[in-house]
Amino acid sequence: MAMAAMTRLDPQSRAAARGWSDLSIRNLFILPTLAFLIVFNIFPLIYSLGYSFTDFRASTNAPANFIGLKNYRDLLGDEFIWNNFVVTAKYVLVSVAGQVLVGFGIALLLNRAFPFKGLVTTLLLLPMMMSMAVVGLFWKLLYDPSWGIINYIFRLGDFAWLSNRDAALYAVAITDIWMWSPFVMLLSLAGLSAVPKHLYEAAAIDRAGKWYTFRRITLPLVAPILLIAIIFRTMEAFKTFDLAYIMSSQDTTELISIKLYKMAFQEWQTGKSSALAYIVLIMVLAITNIYVKYLNRVKER
Amino acid sequence: MRRKTLAGLLAGVGFTIAGVASASAEELTIFWAEWDPANYLQELVNEYAAESGDTITVETTPWPDFQTKAFTEFNAKGDAYDMVVGDSQWLGAGSTGGHYVDLTDFFNEHKLAEVMAPATVKYYAEYPANSGKYWAIPLEGDAVGWAYRKDWFEDPKEKEAFKAKYGYELAVPEDFKQLRDIAEFFYRPDEKRYGIAIYTQTTYDALAMGFENALFSYGGELGDYSNYKVEGIVNSPVAVEALEMYKELYKFTPPNWGNTFFQEDNQAITEGLAAMSMNYFAFFPSLLNEATNPNAKVTGFFANPKGPTGEQFAALGGQGISIVTYSKKQEASKKFLEWFIKDSTQKRWAELGGYTASQAVLKSPEFQNATPYNKAFYETMFKVKDFWAVPEYAELLTQLNNRLGPYVVGDKGTAKEALDGLAKDWTETFTKYGRYAN
Repeated sequence: MAMAAMTRLDPQSRAAARGWSDLSIRNLFILPTLAFLIVFNIFPLIYSLGYSFTDFRASTNAPANFIGLKNYRDLLGDEFIWNNFVVTAKYVLVSVAGQVLVGFGIALLLNRAFPFKGLVTTLLLLPMMMSMAVVGLFWKLLYDPSWGIINYIFRLGDFAWLSNRDAALYAVAITDIWMWSPFVMLLSLAGLSAVPKHLYEAAAIDRAGKWYTFRRITLPLVAPILLIAIIFRTMEAFKTFDLAYIMSSQDTTELISIKLYKMAFQEWQTGKSSALAYIVLIMVLAITNIYVKYLNRVKER
Repeated sequence: MRRKTLAGLLAGVGFTIAGVASASAEELTIFWAEWDPANYLQELVNEYAAESGDTITVETTPWPDFQTKAFTEFNAKGDAYDMVVGDSQWLGAGSTGGHYVDLTDFFNEHKLAEVMAPATVKYYAEYPANSGKYWAIPLEGDAVGWAYRKDWFEDPKEKEAFKAKYGYELAVPEDFKQLRDIAEFFYRPDEKRYGIAIYTQTTYDALAMGFENALFSYGGELGDYSNYKVEGIVNSPVAVEALEMYKELYKFTPPNWGNTFFQEDNQAITEGLAAMSMNYFAFFPSLLNEATNPNAKVTGFFANPKGPTGEQFAALGGQGISIVTYSKKQEASKKFLEWFIKDSTQKRWAELGGYTASQAVLKSPEFQNATPYNKAFYETMFKVKDFWAVPEYAELLTQLNNRLGPYVVGDKGTAKEALDGLAKDWTETFTKYGRYAN
């Protein structure tokens, strides 16, 4: 099947003259990538799975002992790890919801003809193009209680966003929303401009209200592409490390990836952190799967 | 063709011989964290280069990355660093992991146990405790002390008001109760003046260091370092009292003080925020420098105060220098260390701004009168205690942060609950690593 779909090698070409077949050329292109993937992705993945069942520590030369599922048992029974998951869930929820609301809202505003539309759209995309670390450092300054512009504008006095235990996580989420709403906006805009105009015209003829048009025409047609944006953002938010790590370091902002980093590279509990990485991987896969299932259902409609 | 190859080979051999001949001039790399003392060390080793011909580079990285970067290199058995000025807690991991060269013979040959201050030998060099095995040479002595605003303390009006309120003279605090009173006295949010700056950050050892100052002076301990017993020690009544005091002090800190370490505590003085600020002695030179501290002229220093029973200790900072096992220039490194421990070098090290651990230099009036804090430093260095130096110290720190952070900064639970939880966690960790096996 796949062979049939492939274009035949031109018999006049130099490759053919050298006696190369289609197959060998195909392999030539694929093999380096395959080798790269195996060496840098698949092999570490399997190797770390092995480590996750041992008490291996990379910082000592003590041999790794097989301890079965103990790492997984310990991790899932650890109240502080659960706290990390709760923090992560809160963060993902707030930041993705915020991004969808803001991003989709801006997309709705932009989805009409007005002067300098291209320029405005490009400018709105800027936050997304910056490095996470730089954004984190900048927002740290913006949030500063003594000279930060945020407290100045909102007259919040010396409210300490990033060291306030309850506000810090939301402060980080707000930064993430600022940075990644444009991504949702971009995808939504693509979805919105693909909605056939005649549907709106038909709705107008039937005297459908604005809200009704939005709910029954716009939203269902944009939903698949919006869901893709949500999948991407959820996965990314789940893995957030740099932003939270740079902006605030306390137990109420310790996302699971920060915990993982500390366990792996500060405490050197290599085996246990491999197990935690697997737990996180399985969770991300599960969440993504739910979304994908839902996406397929939406598409079928 | 063949002749050409031969010539090439000969040339190659020639270069190799030339290389061996010039091997006496080595290039060594010392790895340390990015802070002032590392700059002083670079100045010092430049003088060594002029003397010996070996060039030495002090490579640095910011504190938060220091441990990770060093151990990543060790674990990969890399030879990027010939020597490392490792934190005192690393001794266990460095020695049992095989990353540090055993310096016991070197230590004994030069009688360093007598030359260097006892606490620095005990905490920067020896592992396990009381084993007589040494892995590092004390390089930068350090401990936690206090900086304070002399002008606020000496203001006659303040003195009068203080005496009226507390019934004794406002002066450098002698015990933690006075420390607390003074902190409360100067806590005036409406004037943007606050009482005290302490460490509260729950990453690495910030909170541990801060709390240790109260704990040790209150007569408490983190556990029995010889048999790893922690239950009933780290959660003893005095430890609970010390933790309650530490939380009490947190009430009088400037706003935004829930995530602070040495940098913020320095700012508390440079920005005129707090009357007193806890910090490592290593940061005090910059507090005396008018370029970095506008309040330099009115900044004074004192040693960590006594506890209720009159005991007085402080948390230990500082580092020893170790030779990395994977270095290919261990002999040259040893030669440098031999130079480093000379009395004249130690004296020069202190002059440059380093904190020597050499008893002779520490005890000399010359050293003690050189700066306003050297005397407090000398006194402190003979009564310091440190955190666990076992290989699993990072896990112990995380557990301490997990338990104590929410109590001190987050108002969760009680001191007793926090320390009971910590004793349980630590016992579990020590059990996991078979510390109770024998």
